[in-house]
Order: sequence, then C-alpha cells, then structure tokens
Amino acid sequence: MADGPVAEVLLQRLEAADGGLDSAELAAELGVEHQTVVGAVKSLQALGEIIEAELRSTKRWELTAEGEEIAREGSHEARVFRSVPPEGLPQSELMRLPSGKVGFSKAMSNKWIRVDKSAADGPRVFRVVDSVEDEVQRRLQLVQGGQAEKLGEKERSELRKRKLLTEVNLKTYWVSKGSAFSTSISKQETELSPEMISSGSWRDRPFKPYNFSAHGVLPDSGHLHPLLKVRTQFRQIFLEMGFTEMPTDNYIESSFWNFDALFQPQQHPARDQHDTFFLRDPAQAQQLPMDYVHRVKRTHSQGGYGSQGYKYNWKLDEARKNLLRTHTTSASARALYRLAQKKPFTAAKYFSIDRVFRNETLDATHLAEFHQIEGVVADHGLTLGHLMGVLREFFSKLGITQLRFKPTYNPYTEPSMEVFSYHQGLKKWVEVGNSGIFRPEMLLPMGLPENVSVIAWGLSLERPTMIKYGINNIRELVGHKVNLQMVYDSPLCRLDAERGPPSTQEAA
Amino acid sequence: MYKRVMPNGEIQKLIITEETAKIRPYAVAAVLRNIKFTKDRYESFIELQEKLHQNICRKRALVAIGTHDLDTLSGPFTYTAKKPSDIKFKPLNKTKEYTACELMNIYKTDNHLKHYLHIIENKPLYPVIYDSNGVVLSMPPVINGHHSKITVNTRNIFIECTGTDFTKAKIVLDIIVTTFSEYCENQFTVEAAEVVFPNGKLHTFPELAYRKEMVRADLINKKVGIRETPENLAKLLTRMCLKSEVIGDGNQIEIEIPPTRADIIHACDIIEDAAIAYGYNNIQMTLPKTYTIANQFPLNKLTELLRHDMAAAGFTEALTFALCSQEDIADKLGLDISATKAVLISNPKTAEFQVARTTLLPGLLKTIAANRKMPLPLKLFEISDIVIKDSSRDVGARNYRHLCAVYYNKNPGFEIIHGLLDRLMQLLDVPPGEKKGGYVIKASEGPAFFPGRCAEIFARGQSIGKLGVLHPDVITKFELTMPCSCVEINIEPFL
Repeated sequence: MADGPVAEVLLQRLEAADGGLDSAELAAELGVEHQTVVGAVKSLQALGEIIEAELRSTKRWELTAEGEEIAREGSHEARVFRSVPPEGLPQSELMRLPSGKVGFSKAMSNKWIRVDKSAADGPRVFRVVDSVEDEVQRRLQLVQGGQAEKLGEKERSELRKRKLLTEVNLKTYWVSKGSAFSTSISKQETELSPEMISSGSWRDRPFKPYNFSAHGVLPDSGHLHPLLKVRTQFRQIFLEMGFTEMPTDNYIESSFWNFDALFQPQQHPARDQHDTFFLRDPAQAQQLPMDYVHRVKRTHSQGGYGSQGYKYNWKLDEARKNLLRTHTTSASARALYRLAQKKPFTAAKYFSIDRVFRNETLDATHLAEFHQIEGVVADHGLTLGHLMGVLREFFSKLGITQLRFKPTYNPYTEPSMEVFSYHQGLKKWVEVGNSGIFRPEMLLPMGLPENVSVIAWGLSLERPTMIKYGINNIRELVGHKVNLQMVYDSPLCRLDAERGPPSTQEAA
Repeated sequence: MYKRVMPNGEIQKLIITEETAKIRPYAVAAVLRNIKFTKDRYESFIELQEKLHQNICRKRALVAIGTHDLDTLSGPFTYTAKKPSDIKFKPLNKTKEYTACELMNIYKTDNHLKHYLHIIENKPLYPVIYDSNGVVLSMPPVINGHHSKITVNTRNIFIECTGTDFTKAKIVLDIIVTTFSEYCENQFTVEAAEVVFPNGKLHTFPELAYRKEMVRADLINKKVGIRETPENLAKLLTRMCLKSEVIGDGNQIEIEIPPTRADIIHACDIIEDAAIAYGYNNIQMTLPKTYTIANQFPLNKLTELLRHDMAAAGFTEALTFALCSQEDIADKLGLDISATKAVLISNPKTAEFQVARTTLLPGLLKTIAANRKMPLPLKLFEISDIVIKDSSRDVGARNYRHLCAVYYNKNPGFEIIHGLLDRLMQLLDVPPGEKKGGYVIKASEGPAFFPGRCAEIFARGQSIGKLGVLHPDVITKFELTMPCSCVEINIEPFL
C-alpha cells in the first residue's frame, strides 16, 4: 500500500505543505474514505522515518440520517407550512402527509399555521404568515458544510435533542515530514531468500526495518511440571551430599510400620479416622516380622531399653490395620530395620521424596496428598550439633544461610527441633523444616547398636515450590485443576538463585 | 513439692461397681480444698480440662474429667453403669431433668458434645456417678450434672476421671490437681480421695509420685554435642524444673522427676530438656564424619531420564492425584470396579477419596477437562505410581510405576501416540520386532478404546500396556469433546 496512489499523493502534498497536513482533510480533498488515507499513513510509517504521524482526536459535528434528509428536503414543519394552500387544508388530510404528524405541532408552536375548529367539514388548517424561514434546514446545512462552529451551543444541543446532529470523535493523523523524507519510495523486502543469496540481489534491495520489540515464535516444546522440577533439584542436593535414595514405591503401609515401629502409641490422636486414611480392602497387613513385632509390643506396653514405655494394652490387630502412609518416615523405619539386620553396622545416609496422605481439613494451602522430603543419617556418636551442621549444609544449597532452631515435639524424635530461616520478603523468620534424633525406643528394638544415633529431618515439597513460583493456591499447582499455562511458562528451578544482593541476607 | 494430704475429717470415697467393667472400667478421684478462684483462674480451669480432653484423653475416649462443687454434694460417691432409660437428671446448663435417651437426642445437634456421643451411644449400659443422695454428678464422657456445677465462688472441688486407660487417667488427674493446687489455701497440697474397685481393693489418689532417675553427665554432653561440667548440667536441668544434683563419682546426675512430667519416660527426654536449657542456638554446628557413597533408587533414576525425554518429545508433564472416585477408574472407562483390583479406602469423606488409582489415564483426562481454554493440541504425560491389590506383598497391595501420555486434538492422532511409543522404545534400547528383547504391538480391544483402534504392547516377553484411540463414551464421560489417543505402560520391566 505504501506504493499505492494515495500514499504517493500524500507524499507529494506533504512536500508542498507547510508543516504538515491533516489526514481527514486530505481524504475530503481526494474524495476517498478517511480509512484509505489512514492505511497509506500506516504503511508509510512502517518504512521507517519517511513521515511522522501524530494521532489527533478531534470532535466533529455530523448530521444523522434524519438530519441529512431535512437538510435536503427542509424541516418537517416547513414542509407542513408549504403544503397548506391559501384556502387552507383539512387537518385530517394534513396529518396523512409524510411530515404531517411530526411537523404539525412544531409549525403550530412557531405560529406559522392555525387551526379553525369551527370549520364546516372538520378542523381546517390555515396559514398565519405568508412565508417562513426554515431555520432548522439552514443550520443543518451549515454543519453539513463544515461550519458547525457558526452555530451557538444552545442551537447545537437543540438539534442534537431532535436527533438531527451527533458529535463524533474523529481520529485523524497530523502528518509531517520525517527525517528520511522522500517523495519516491521503493518497495521494501522483508526476508532474505535463497534466490537473493544465489543471485546476489540482496545487495541492491532495501529491507523493511525489523520490529525488535515484538515477540518471536516460541518453539513447539514440551514442559516439565514445576513441582517435579523442584523435586529434581532436591534429589540432586541429597545425592551431592552422599545420601542414598530409599525405596518408597509403596503408598499402602501397615499401621505397624507407619506408627508402632516409630514408637507412636496406638491411642495417639493421629491414628484417628480423622487424620489417617484407613483401608477397607485390603484392610489388614498379613505379614509382619513377628519377633521384631514382639519387641515393639513389649516396649510400648511395658517399656525396656531404658524406657518406662507407655503402659497400655498394645494390640496386634491395631498394628495390622492398613492405611495410606501419613509420612515417608515409615519407609525410613523399614530402611533402618534392614540396616540393623546387616552385621557389622555400617553408617548410612538415606533420603526420600515421595507422596504422603493425610485425611485432614483441606484449604488453599492443604490437600489430602502432598510430597514429603526426608533425610536420615545413622552413625556412631551423632549429636544434636551434627544434626544442625547437616541442616546448615543442606539449606545452604537452597540459598538459605541463616538458620535458627526451636524446640518442638514429635512422637518419635527426642530432642526435636523446628528449623527456621529468615525470609527477606516477609521480613520474618519462617519455618522451613522439622528435625530430631530418633528415640531409642524406636531404634533399639530394630537391633541397631546402642551407641548408634539416627538424626533425621523433613519438609514438604509443595511449600518451597509455592514460594519459589509465587503460587498461592495449592490446587493450581498439584492435581488436575493445574493451570497448564503456568506449567508452560514456569522457569528453570534454581534453588540457590537468590533475589537481591547478598548483603540483605543478614538477619534482622 | 506437691503433696497429697489426708483430710481433717472423713476421706472422700468413690465406689466403682462391676457394671462399669464392660464400658468404662477405670476411675480415679481427688479433692482440691479451700481453693480461691478469680474469673481468669476459673476460665483457665475449664480450658485445661478441654485441652486435656482433646489430646491425652484422645477426645474423651480414653479419659473424661468431671469437676464438681463438693459443698453441693455428699459422699460416698458411686460410679456405676445403668440402662439409659433409668438415668434421669438435670444436665449442666439445662433447666429441667432428662433421661439419658433424651439427652442423646438433644446433644446430636450440639456442635460441641455431638462428637462424644458415639463413645457410649450403642452400649446397653451408660456410665453414671451418683452421690449418697442420688444426685447425679455426671454421665461420663458426655456431660456433668447441673447440681454440682463449679462457679467462680466454689471453694472445694471434687475431681473424678473415668476412662478406659488407667495410666492416662492417673496422669490426667495429676496434671489437673498439681496445676490448680497453687490456688488452694494450703498451697501445692491436694486432698486424698479413696477409690474402691469392684474386687474390693482400695486405692488412694492422686498418686503424685516423684521418682529419681540417674543420667551420666558425659552422656548428655555426648548426645547434645556440648562440653558442660556435671554441675552446670545439673543447674540447667534444675532450671527446667527437674531438680538435679551431682552425686557419686562426680559424673552422675540424679534427677527428680515430678508428677507434672509424665512425658519423661527415657533418658533422652531428660537430655532434650538439658539441650533446651542450654539453648539450641548456642550449640556448635559440626558435620558428621560419616563417609558414604550415594546411590539412586533405580526406578526413580529411570523415571527422571524418561521425564526429560518425554518433554523433549513435546509433551507436557502433569501431576495428578493418586486418590480418586470409583467411577473414575471403572464406570467412566467401561469397567466394573471388581475387575480393577483396586485398593478401597474406608469411610471416605467425599467420592474423590474412594479408591487409589489403578491407571494414570483419568487424571490426565481430568487435567484436559480443567484446561479447556488452552490451544490445541494438548499433549500431556505423567510418570507416576498406580496401586493394585497384591496378596504376595506384606501389606496386600503394591505400587507400579506407569507412564501415560494423551494426545487431544481435532483429530485423534493415533500415529502420534504410536510414534511416541516408538521413540520411548528407542530410548530404552528396545528394538522393534518379536525377537528376544524387542517390542511389538498387536491389535486388541478394550471397553475404553474405539473398536479397531486399540493395540496391546508386548516388550521383553510380556504385555506392558495398551495404546489406542479412546472410545467416545470415555471422552464424553470425562466431559471432553475432542478425539483423544493415549498410551499407558508399566515401565518396571525396563529396569
């Protein structure tokens, strides 16, 4: 279009013009649609600096369809006047005329006509004056001629009320010469082609400027789920620290491994229907390592291994109850039991990241299923100080360097600690994990040597993911109600990439 | 030091009859004499009972606490069990008398009490405590009588704890009386009460037992990772209200465990208190010298490799729920639930938690249904566990690691899903063809698939799954509108 006739004329007019020209005016002059001129302006703009075009918004008065009709034929009331002969006209006949109904009342109020109600064959209309000035038509013709400003405000709004005039927003362009102005423009190429390369013709062709502010075409790619990207990173961290991955491919667990082996008593509230998903089928675990089971039973009900025990009636049936595991600590218990069967004892570092199930109240940050991350170290003479040291290394790989610890309670660890780190954004200490040393009542019945300590810690996978990716509702991240666009757009998971300069890591 | 003292006059007696044996056999009792309540202390007294009910009493199932204004009653008290229709009294905060049956009905709609009715509801006899004039003190574990209601002006309190766990009942009684004995005229003393068991044996309560434990100072230092002198450690423990002193060879610490610390059952509980008094944040962080070589769990290692190449093949990863409705894995796929060998969950709160999934397909289809506005085609995959009943396993069920992919578009794209399978086999180094170690697909059918557009996949000598165009019934049942192809295989044979 830039090489079309309109564009050419525009350039020529611009050359001759003083300062610039208005697109609407040009359109009127050339007798073309304003849109055609706008199109030419736009295509000339695309060529670069040939023209400058400034968008202007002007208000203009225009005639409506009815207004145009009146400008042509005269106002209804004038027409009514003209159709009344000197001898008068029956009103009924007048009303049947095209402008009759509308014009009659106006002509009456202008005192151009009068009605003689006492006439012989019905009311008769007579002229009052000899001639009239059709002001309305005159005014409309003024507007039509582009001289709307000659009318007063009141006159204009009156005509608008009668729906003869409308105010229109006209967007026009004020076009002026650009820095590379020329009246001759040649067609510009957009792309290099094989023919141009082989013929060398690319040297003589101008190329359309590229719009670098537009987006490119995204490659047709697949995507990994953000939560699982975070899982990959945590797996990496554990492997880098020498931790071996435990088998956790068993969502179904027995109460024995999920609770009893961990020294969690059978009357503990967590074993209620409210917090745990129990199974209807298969309802019970058929195989349990019975001599170990007996040692666990004794420890719970009578004590032993230096413990008072809980002193209650421990029931095998309760331990057989199958459930959906409430934590991956049951897998850790299985792994530690296997470790204890290997003589002599060798130290071990284990980890797991897998799904767990809780039958609790659901809300924006809690679902019935989530992923637990767990790390375990079993060795001679481990202390609480060692646990804190391991945690410091682990969390520093997440970019968290300031840690503080607070006493807490878990049924199977003693001492237990909550782990906190300082959150820059929230300007407060937030919990990032739970940890502790497993109780002797849990480890000794397994057969682990007495001076072997087992330190452990855990956190959820969902929480750091939601913080990292700025997601507030867990349902948008996990489950089928996921926002797929979010999956498509989510960046690489780089857990140690911190926002903000290092100096802001200092604690408040 | 908390002391149990004998009363000036007659000791209060609680007689347990044998009828309680089948429903709620244990009871303990004590008296707080000349107590002075303020509004705050009174509210705290009520709150402590509620908190104990919620945790250690396991929502009143194990133990229930009843506290009564002793001056409105006259002992000895009888703890028995009677037919609900034979129990009639005015309960707390009501204006008239009701039978136990009526109360069960009334409290069904009480937001607080309705949770405890099930403990006795369907039993032939309900527990009930009377005084010597036949006044009902309480019907544990549901509600106390109005007659003996405690107010801010009460001076003498009779406390009874009934339940199914004797140890817990004793602990709960000890906690209440020690906490509130501070406000008795004779501070930190609790008046004894006698309980007579059905076999005639007499027990005096509260027990308020103190015991002594011995812990070596170097054990504490070793477990925590600090180097404190035995004297300092004894000081730290004493600050935690565990009165301690160094004895013997200078390395032993003798610790007195008060009745308020029923949680101290092993030396590790004492060690934790020492660490807390020392201050966790004061402990030096050190790294263990544990040298280990890491190993990946082979199934997870394979999964990680496959995930990345699935994304490279242009498919997007989903993460769907392992629990779903029975319909999702059976009816909607044209199967009967009994044919699925699915694990069933008892008492699910909603249909979404009825079963554990036996296939990854429903999750992916539901993900598509929730993302209808996304541009087509939608190509999703998931590599995750499904659960099947298996009697050869110790728990009777096992997981299988499945890979499932779906293609959803204006055309079913069978060749695309087939191509994806070919690519997977290429990555797993499984050549096409029947010969050993290879894979082949054979025409098959299934209720979830469009007739003539379904195949079974055989690799390394076994059937590993199916692929095909989904049956329109499946598509509509999952509230979808476009054609769809899928493949689902078990990847464990490729380990």
